[in-house]
Amino acid sequence: MTESLRISLAFLALAVLFVVAPHVISSGVALTMMSLMGVMIIFALSYNMLLGQTGLLSFGHAVYYGLAGFCAAHAMNLIASNKLPIPLPVIPLVGAAAGLVFGIIFGAISTRRAGTVFSMISLGLGELVAAFALVLHTFFGGEEGIPTNRVKLAPFLGYKFGPQIQVYYLIAFWCFVCVVLMYALTRTPFGRMCNAVRDNPERAEFVGYSTQRIRFQTFVLSSMFSGVAGALAAINFELMNSQSIGAGTSGQVLLMTFVGGVGHFAGPIIGAVLITFLQISLSDITKAWMLYFGLLFILVVMFSPGGIAGWLALHQPLLRGGRIVRLIPAYALAAIPLAAALLGGILLIELAHHMLVEARSGGSSFMMFRITMDGASVWPWLCAGVLFFGGALGLRAVWPSIGNAWALATADSAEKVTP
Amino acid sequence: MFAQLSKSTAVDFECGTHGLLLVRPSREFHMLQLITFSTLNGVLYGMLLFMMASGLTLIFSMMGVLNFAHASFYMIGAYFGFEISRRIGFWPGFVVAPLLVGALGALIERYGLRQVHRFGHVAELLFTFGLAFVIEELVNMFWGKLPVDYRVPPSLDFVAFRLFDTTYPAYRIFMLLTAVAMFAFLLIVLKRTRVGLIIQAALTHPNMVAMLGHDVPTVFMAVFGVGAALAGLAGVIAGPALVTQPSMAALLGPILFVVIVVGGLGSLGGAFAASLLIGLVQTFAVAINVSLADVIGPFAASAFGELGRAPLAQIAPVLPYLMLVLVLVFKPTGLFGNRET
Amino acid sequence: MTPAISLKDVRKNFGVTAIIRGLTLDIRPGERHAIIGPNGAGKSTMFHLISGRIKISSGSIELKGEDITRLEPYEINRRGLSRSFQVTNIFPKLSVYENIRCGVLWSLGYRYSFWRFVDRLNDANERAAEIVELIGLSRRRDVPAGVLAYAEQRALEIGITIAGGADVIMLDEPTAGMSHAETDAAVALIRKISEGRTLIMVEHDMSVVFGLADRISVLVYGQIIASDTPQAIRANAAVREAYLGEEAHA
Repeated sequence: MTESLRISLAFLALAVLFVVAPHVISSGVALTMMSLMGVMIIFALSYNMLLGQTGLLSFGHAVYYGLAGFCAAHAMNLIASNKLPIPLPVIPLVGAAAGLVFGIIFGAISTRRAGTVFSMISLGLGELVAAFALVLHTFFGGEEGIPTNRVKLAPFLGYKFGPQIQVYYLIAFWCFVCVVLMYALTRTPFGRMCNAVRDNPERAEFVGYSTQRIRFQTFVLSSMFSGVAGALAAINFELMNSQSIGAGTSGQVLLMTFVGGVGHFAGPIIGAVLITFLQISLSDITKAWMLYFGLLFILVVMFSPGGIAGWLALHQPLLRGGRIVRLIPAYALAAIPLAAALLGGILLIELAHHMLVEARSGGSSFMMFRITMDGASVWPWLCAGVLFFGGALGLRAVWPSIGNAWALATADSAEKVTP
Repeated sequence: MFAQLSKSTAVDFECGTHGLLLVRPSREFHMLQLITFSTLNGVLYGMLLFMMASGLTLIFSMMGVLNFAHASFYMIGAYFGFEISRRIGFWPGFVVAPLLVGALGALIERYGLRQVHRFGHVAELLFTFGLAFVIEELVNMFWGKLPVDYRVPPSLDFVAFRLFDTTYPAYRIFMLLTAVAMFAFLLIVLKRTRVGLIIQAALTHPNMVAMLGHDVPTVFMAVFGVGAALAGLAGVIAGPALVTQPSMAALLGPILFVVIVVGGLGSLGGAFAASLLIGLVQTFAVAINVSLADVIGPFAASAFGELGRAPLAQIAPVLPYLMLVLVLVFKPTGLFGNRET
Repeated sequence: MTPAISLKDVRKNFGVTAIIRGLTLDIRPGERHAIIGPNGAGKSTMFHLISGRIKISSGSIELKGEDITRLEPYEINRRGLSRSFQVTNIFPKLSVYENIRCGVLWSLGYRYSFWRFVDRLNDANERAAEIVELIGLSRRRDVPAGVLAYAEQRALEIGITIAGGADVIMLDEPTAGMSHAETDAAVALIRKISEGRTLIMVEHDMSVVFGLADRISVLVYGQIIASDTPQAIRANAAVREAYLGEEAHA
């Protein structure tokens, strides 16, 4: 099967998934979650144009997402109050234009240098814009932000986009378009040179390319796509506030992209889906969810800097010939101490969190996995401790066998590949 | 906390969102008074920034790692100081808290950062980024989201001097003295000891230092620990004067990066100059507190809209970042530096 | 006729240390010119100065008659000068084929195009395939460059250098670290790729130098002490004393 056929099939599958998903899982919460996932997929992919494709680590990318969102909100309000014949589905283009413009303005400053200096400029610019947000009240709406109403625009083919299901399909459409476009970009001369600049900026200059121009161009295009995401967020939430340009949102997209995997195109998609899912579902279950995110991030940095996509891709060569089954016994063995350590760790965090934060008001007992526990007694702590440390030690003991299984599985494949 | 600090009505002291020591001019407004106190406060703020920026510069120069969690060590120092001063006393806290923070830093380097080293600088940066996040969440968990009551010790709680009807608290002088002492100590170590010589060399030629046979991993651990301890010390003394709350790291962190980038990556002298510059600029901006409209007239300022009407105090948080962007555009190596990465 | 490269009293100081102390040299178009000299003489620095990697302190450099003294590396490359590196400088995460193709793109005029698909650019793909074949890495074309063996990386290094079709090629110690057999293969490759082009080469392996070069320049302490045909250089007493020694080399 040729590469382009494989890619086309993948996109077809994605389109089908987008269309069918709300019918498979049709609860209201799921619909909201999927809509948000769609927005974040665009945002994370656009962020990875900088990080994974061109090697530019930005700490202030929410600026382009947020500013475009504000522009879109204002545009929607303007259109509604003047009754202009511009339908809602076109609004993401306003976001794209805003992202493009701000990308050009700030990109001209940011991309003069790469590496650490670029990261610091992005941080500074992000803080600068966020600080201005508190001053310029007409554009940013102060503390309350800028509300907007998507049903006030002219209907499109009879749809007013009031119900969430219609908003979902609007987001899904633009998400699909952006995913295809951003993938296509990686297959252009420009896209290839972005990778070259990431790998070796010096050499890229010596084959005739200005690395500054490459960085600037990718920055502008990335901001444009972030702008689409921002506009869709404005449509989805019908409210834009200064949080969307702040350090929190910048950190969030970095987390999503990195955990998903910066080295593969689909990585940010995985990350956006997973983190959005965790964010929405975890925040109901536990109050310590932010802590879990931070720990997840650190664990990924330390043990799998290629993210989830990177880890999956490691296994790809083993799919041929089914050698992957050789890993199953070792993985199964490791799964036990891993599960124990995770369970123990979670229990410790929840116990600590409960005793430190909630116990003051709610007393020392709480529920976890439907088991009532008393944080004041020593038993839960003991169990948690044993699980955690036992699991950690067990994992350490079992680790070499994973290495062995890998060595055996790949040794075979080495024999077959040598011509 | 501020009842102790503002003993007169001539000038009101206030703590702004960035924990700045603000001087708001009230009715009896003396220019000289304003300049004196703003300079004092500006220098103090600058010295505090330098206490942290120096550690950050050392860590960056030797290890190539921009420690995002540096302001977090500052915060931990404040909270440790608070806990110890609450149970035992301020002075034991003053000595012990920075040591604890230093030990924590060394452990983090040994068991965390070192594992990530082989993945490159970006991974190290991301590790410290995640670390800062986790530390803030843990502080939230252990001490709550509200500020804690970390007080100036009674032994230092008196008026240092009176000038133009205004008092200046002794604790601020103590902070200044501590910062100066630390700076002098750093200078002596760097210029007069063998260790200092190695560090100076590593500031500009880290690879060479490694090749000369020094036990680089241990040196790294020590540098990271000392850097953390310095930041912790800054936290211990700043805690009672500024607000001790979980967001103090997030508020001060970015400014710290502005300082070392504006000063020049890898340049201690640059970090010193930039710390003072930013400290003074921010303090004066808040003190002067005029708006563009006040200065150039309402009509001219209306072209800038809200920006023209906004008082300088409101825009003050923006100024360091504006400086950062300007410096990076015109002189990417910073004012005194010659390294870009 | 216009020299391919013309250096006029080029000087380079790093702080107070003078590394290049007044280089004047003309490289004739179409010749194979070797630069030899002891370690620390400034050979790599000279390459960096010509290719724009570092700025000269004084003097001027001309490429085919045009002053390139203050130009950026990519501007110099676009005017027909391409160089390889002593320490292998490739794109590690890209495949061998992609590495070469990146070297080809600008010369075929594709610039920063983000509206054409690189897989459909027949001329770029054909040329890249040709060069991959030329450097003998066709069987490894989809391997990420970072995992290649050392000699393969050196071959790739040369491949990227010639991919753009530059008519002045500078190779910095192309056979460094190679075994006898690998060196012979490299020399054959270099001979083939430099036909009809100007070649400037820094080398330590005297058999390579004396086998390939039309002219040799000897660089010692930042100055050229001799620039002549191989026989003349071999006989030159000053060169013998500074570098070659009394032993006869093959």
